[in-house]
Order: sequence, then C-alpha cells, then structure tokens
Amino acid sequence: MDATPFLALSAILFTIGSVGVLTRRNAIVVFMCVELMLNASNLALVTFSRVHGNLEGQVAAFFVMVVAAAEVVVGLAIIMTIFRTRRSASVDDASLLKY
Amino acid sequence: MTVRFSEGGELAGHTVPVIAPISGDGVLSLLWLVIALPALGAAVILLLGNRRTSAWAHLLGTATVAGSFVISLLAFLALLGRDESERSIGQTLYTWVEAGSFRADAALLYDPLSALFLLLITGVGSLIHVYSIGYMAHDERRARFFGYLNLFVASMLVLVLADNYLGMFLGWEGVGLASYLLIGFWQHKPSAAAAAKKAFVVNRVGDIGMALGTMLAFVTFGTTAFAGISAASDRAGEGTMTVLGLLFLLAACGKSAQVPLQSWLLDAMEGPTPVSALIHAATMVTAGVYLVVRSNFIYETTEVAQTAVVIVGLVTLLWGAVIGCAKDDIKKVLAGSTMSQIGYMMLAAGLGVYGYAFAIFHLLTHGFFKANMFLGAGSVMHGMDDDVEMRHYGALSRAMPVTFLTFAMGYLAIIGFPGFAGFWSKDKIIEAAFGENLIVGLAALLGAGITAFYMTRLMLMTFFGKKRWADGVHPHESPALMTVPLMVLAALSALGGLLLLGGFITDWLTPVVGEVGEHDLAVAPLVLTLIVTATVAVGIAVAWFTVGRQEVPRTAPTEVSFLTRAARADLYGDALNEELLMRPGDRLVTGMVGFDDGAVDGFVDGSGGAFGRMSQRFRRIQTGYVRSYALSFSAGAVLVLLALLAVNLT
Repeated sequence: MDATPFLALSAILFTIGSVGVLTRRNAIVVFMCVELMLNASNLALVTFSRVHGNLEGQVAAFFVMVVAAAEVVVGLAIIMTIFRTRRSASVDDASLLKY
Repeated sequence: MTVRFSEGGELAGHTVPVIAPISGDGVLSLLWLVIALPALGAAVILLLGNRRTSAWAHLLGTATVAGSFVISLLAFLALLGRDESERSIGQTLYTWVEAGSFRADAALLYDPLSALFLLLITGVGSLIHVYSIGYMAHDERRARFFGYLNLFVASMLVLVLADNYLGMFLGWEGVGLASYLLIGFWQHKPSAAAAAKKAFVVNRVGDIGMALGTMLAFVTFGTTAFAGISAASDRAGEGTMTVLGLLFLLAACGKSAQVPLQSWLLDAMEGPTPVSALIHAATMVTAGVYLVVRSNFIYETTEVAQTAVVIVGLVTLLWGAVIGCAKDDIKKVLAGSTMSQIGYMMLAAGLGVYGYAFAIFHLLTHGFFKANMFLGAGSVMHGMDDDVEMRHYGALSRAMPVTFLTFAMGYLAIIGFPGFAGFWSKDKIIEAAFGENLIVGLAALLGAGITAFYMTRLMLMTFFGKKRWADGVHPHESPALMTVPLMVLAALSALGGLLLLGGFITDWLTPVVGEVGEHDLAVAPLVLTLIVTATVAVGIAVAWFTVGRQEVPRTAPTEVSFLTRAARADLYGDALNEELLMRPGDRLVTGMVGFDDGAVDGFVDGSGGAFGRMSQRFRRIQTGYVRSYALSFSAGAVLVLLALLAVNLT
C-alpha cells in the first residue's frame, strides 16, 4: 500500500490547522483548528499503523480521540464562561495573565 | 635516687639539674587535696549561686584555703625531713589527654620550688580571705566574690603544681579567667568592665606565647613534661631553645605585666583591693617569674633568651618605678611598684644560676610586703570612704595606728631598710646584677633609689603632713578581721629575710635550679650593700625635701615637667599601643570591611542586579496572547524536528 497520499493529506490538514490556530482570533475557530491538527495526527498514526502491520498506532489514535473529546468538554466550557463575562470570543481579548 | 645532671646542659661552666620525680607517701600523697579543696569551694559557691550561699560562703571559702595551707605546711615539713636528692615528688592522678602519640597526664610535681609557691599562695591567700570577710562585708555579692577567689587559688595551685606545660597552661588560663572576673567584679562601673576586658585581651597576647611554646616543646621533645624536657634539653638545637625561651618570655610578659605587655596592670586596680593584693601583687603576676625559673633548663641553653629576659626585667623595673613616682592614686603607685619589683625578679631570673634563687626569694618577700601594703591601702580606703586619691589623705597615722604601723613594716621592707625582708632579697639581686654587667647593676641600683623615693612619697602623702580630707570623711581604724592579717603580713615583711639565714633558700632551691653561682665583684659585697643603702637614703631624702617639707596641694599641679606628665600617662604605654597596634589594626579592619563592602558585596550584588535587569527584559515575552505562545510552541517543535533531522542525517 502506498502511504504517501495519506501522509500528504495528514500534512495538509495539520498545516491548515496550525495556520488557523496562529492566525484566527475567534476562540471557536481556533478550537476547531486544534481538532483538525489532532485528527491530522490521528490519520498519520493510523497510516503508519497500517504500514507497519500492527495495531499500536490505532490504539494511540483512540487515545488521542478520547483526550480530544475530554478537551472539547473543558475547552468549550472555558470559552463559554469567557464569552459570558466578556461578551467576546476573541483569544486576544483574554490577555490579562501576563507580565 | 640522686639528682642527675645532664651531660650537655653545661654552659659557662655550670650545670642544669634534671627533674626526676619520685613517688611520695604520707601527707605527700595528699597533694591533690591542696587543689581540690579550693576547687570544691569554688564549685559549691558558684553553682549554688550568690543568694543561697551568702550566709556561709565566706566561711567555706576561707576554710578551704586554710585547709590547703595546712596540707601545704605539712607537706613542706615532710619535704624538709627528706634527703635533698629525694625532694622531687611526682604524683600521677589520671591520664588527661591521650590521642595517638600525644599523651598528657594530670600529674603533679611537688619539689622545693612548688613547695615555696604552695606556702605563699595558700598562706597569703588565707590571710587575704580573712581580710576580705571584713573588707567585703557590705557587698551583697560577697559570696560570689569568695567563689571567684577560691577559683583563683585553685587555678594558681594547678599552675604551680603541674608537672608539664600543658597542665601549667590550664592553671595559667584559669588564673587569667579569675583575674578577669575579679577585676571586673564591680562590673556596674564602666571603668571596671573596661579594665577587665583590657587585662583579658593583653593576657591573650602573652598566652599565645605560652600555647606556641608548649606546642614547640612537644614537637621538639615529644613530651610537655618538665622531667622529660629537662632530661633532653641538650638534644635540641640552640635555635629551637632560643625560640622556646622567647615564647615563654612573651607569656611571662603578659602574665607578669612586663614591658611591652605591662599596660593592663595599672587598670587592673579597678578590682576590689584584696584582689589587687592577692592576684595583682602576691601571686598571679609572679607566675611569669615562676615560668622562667621553672624553665631554667631551657634558658640555661640559650644566651639570647636569657639576655632578653634581663632586658625586659631591667626596662620594666625602671618603667614601673617612674610611673610610681607620679601617680596620686595610692593603688596605682603600688601597682607601678609591683611592676617594678617583678622587673627585679625577671632581671634575677635572666641572670641564670646567679639569680634564680634570688628571684624566688624576692618573689616571696615581695609577696609578703606588697600584699601587706595593698591590704593596708585597702584599710585606708575603707576608712576614707573608698577614696584612692592620696592628695585627699594626710595625717592618717593618728587616725589609723594599726594600719600605719603595719604599712610602715611593708614600706621599710620594700625600700630595703637594713634588716627588713626586702633589704636581703633586693640586695642579692643588685649584687648579682653588678656581677653580670656594670650597666645592668647601675640600672638596678637606680631602681632601688627611685623605689625609695616613690614609697616615701606615698608614706608622707598618706600618713603624715596636714589633713586634706574631704568633707564628711571620718577616718577610723578597720575591724580586727582586717587588721590581724595586716599584722601577720607585717611580721612576715619584717622577718622574711630570715629565709636567707645560713643560705637556706639557695640550698633549698638547688635541686631545682642548680647551685648558686658566685661572681667575682670588683668591690666587697658589704661595700655594695652600703652603696645600695646610701642610694636608698638619697631617695628618701629627695622625697622628704620635695614632698615631706612642702604643702601637698589637694589637686594635682598641672605645671609639671615633661617626665611627670609622661609618668602620669603611664609613660604613654597606652598611647603607644594605640598608635602601633590599635590604629593600624583599626585601619586594616576598616580596609577589610571596605573590601568586603566594595569588592565582595559589589560582585555579588552586581551580578544579582544584572540578572534582575535581564529578567526585566525577558519577562516581556510573557505577553498574555495565547497565539504568540502557540507560535513559540510551533517554532520549538520545528526546531526539535530540525535537530532530529540533523542528527539522523549525519
């Protein structure tokens, strides 16, 4: 099996995700981009698992999914709370914790 | 056992006896008790405290010292009954220190020299204890005073009974401590506290000599015991012996208030008068002379150190005498005189076999007459409301007849009036000094003349002339508790010369210091004695014409000669110490503090500050923008990736 297309897709998705995280201000969008990066890495994991013919990569992908799900719960709750208090979902507005 | 003479110990045709102690029996095996009694007294009084013991501490303190005196007397008689060659008694109590090849026993050496010291310390000590009962009667801390006095006596006995330098050092430090505590006994007076501190500090300088000397002796001979060192004294090089002698001389200078470490003694008069009598006249300050005489096996092998001892003694005897001439404080005159008389002893000790025995002889007679005069001065102060200024005295011979008569005995003894104790002892020293060298002899003779002058001046200003008493002062004779010790000491001052009868003292000390050497004098000893007596008479006459025949002003005249001003300022001893030692030391310390503040602190504070300022810049990175953090994460991840690739590719 040729793994190249899968890896290329994974890389493209990861790049889109990371560029989104770095450039977008809306917390929800940033969040989605993080999910995109996670899933890009999941794809890479599964692909390598297939290439090597064992299940370790797939197990790791499952772990990532579980963690991502938990993270979504916590992350969305935080974003909700910030939005309620500040009436804004911009990540640049929440910059009080600094020097 | 016979007295052995070391083969190599010969110098200028005489020999040094080797100390070879044998074990004693009967009362001689009770030697430890002599030390233990006062030590016990001190422990009981000082541990129970002043309040709990105040009712009986003076009785206990006096009884323990008197007990020691009885044992010392019995031991002396036992020693007297023995053959001359069997008069060196050793007693090992227990092993004190044992570490590797080093071993020091807590051992006692009782020989003719220690025997005399034991009698002096416990005898004069007992009298002064009795006197103190009366003198300190109104002091609420009297119990503590007796505790300290007992501590002093015990330490002094350790000093003279130890059979090695280490044990001697223990006693040496013990008397230093007791001296410090007693000088500063009235510590509520800032002057007393300062005097105590000064005595302590100056004595430390001397103690360095003692400590280093002991170490050097151990390194050289493998032992610190007198027996071992005296037997091997010919084996060490002369250079080593010279260094040893000079180190012990430094120690002696500190303890005996000899130039250049003399400055503490005059200030030490801040202590109660019985302390001045016991510690700073009769016993402790003579420890330096004891050290030199005890170490005769060292000094006999090194002429340099002997000459140094002579010079120190000579300078001090004139130094102290000159100071004594100008002081108006009765105790300070006596302190200057003590310094001067110890100078005589040092001079004699430095003359080797010609002088050792006479140094000890003068030490004993001085112990009698100086203790007598100090206690007499205390009695005068007692009657004059603790005024020490002689210009406020005058005409006290009527008011205090007993004090006057006993003091007069001491006076006649110290100036060397024919027949009295000091006449015999000082005359012998001057004779030996003339035998050594004409200049040394003339200086000693001059000292005798000055002594006669200042002592006559003291007598005239205190007991004769017109009343110059302060208002409301009613001089009265002291109680019997104080006058009886005075009478005993006065009798000893008058009759102390009997020790020389038939050459008793010189024969007695021969096993320790060797046969007394005889000089060939240019004139007959009798002529010399006449010259000394004539010099003394001149001194008295000068005092009579300058002090006795004139009105003594109540305040000291300020229009005086340079010499008087210098003598009033202790011959600038303190100024010299301050200029030569204290100021440079001060500058050194100030410089070091500056270095510490500038360089060391500057480096530490500077580097800390630099890091602080750097952090001020770096903290700006913490912007609070999540996206910039994300960027640094990414950049970091890329860097790690690149690093991994770089490693894998190479």
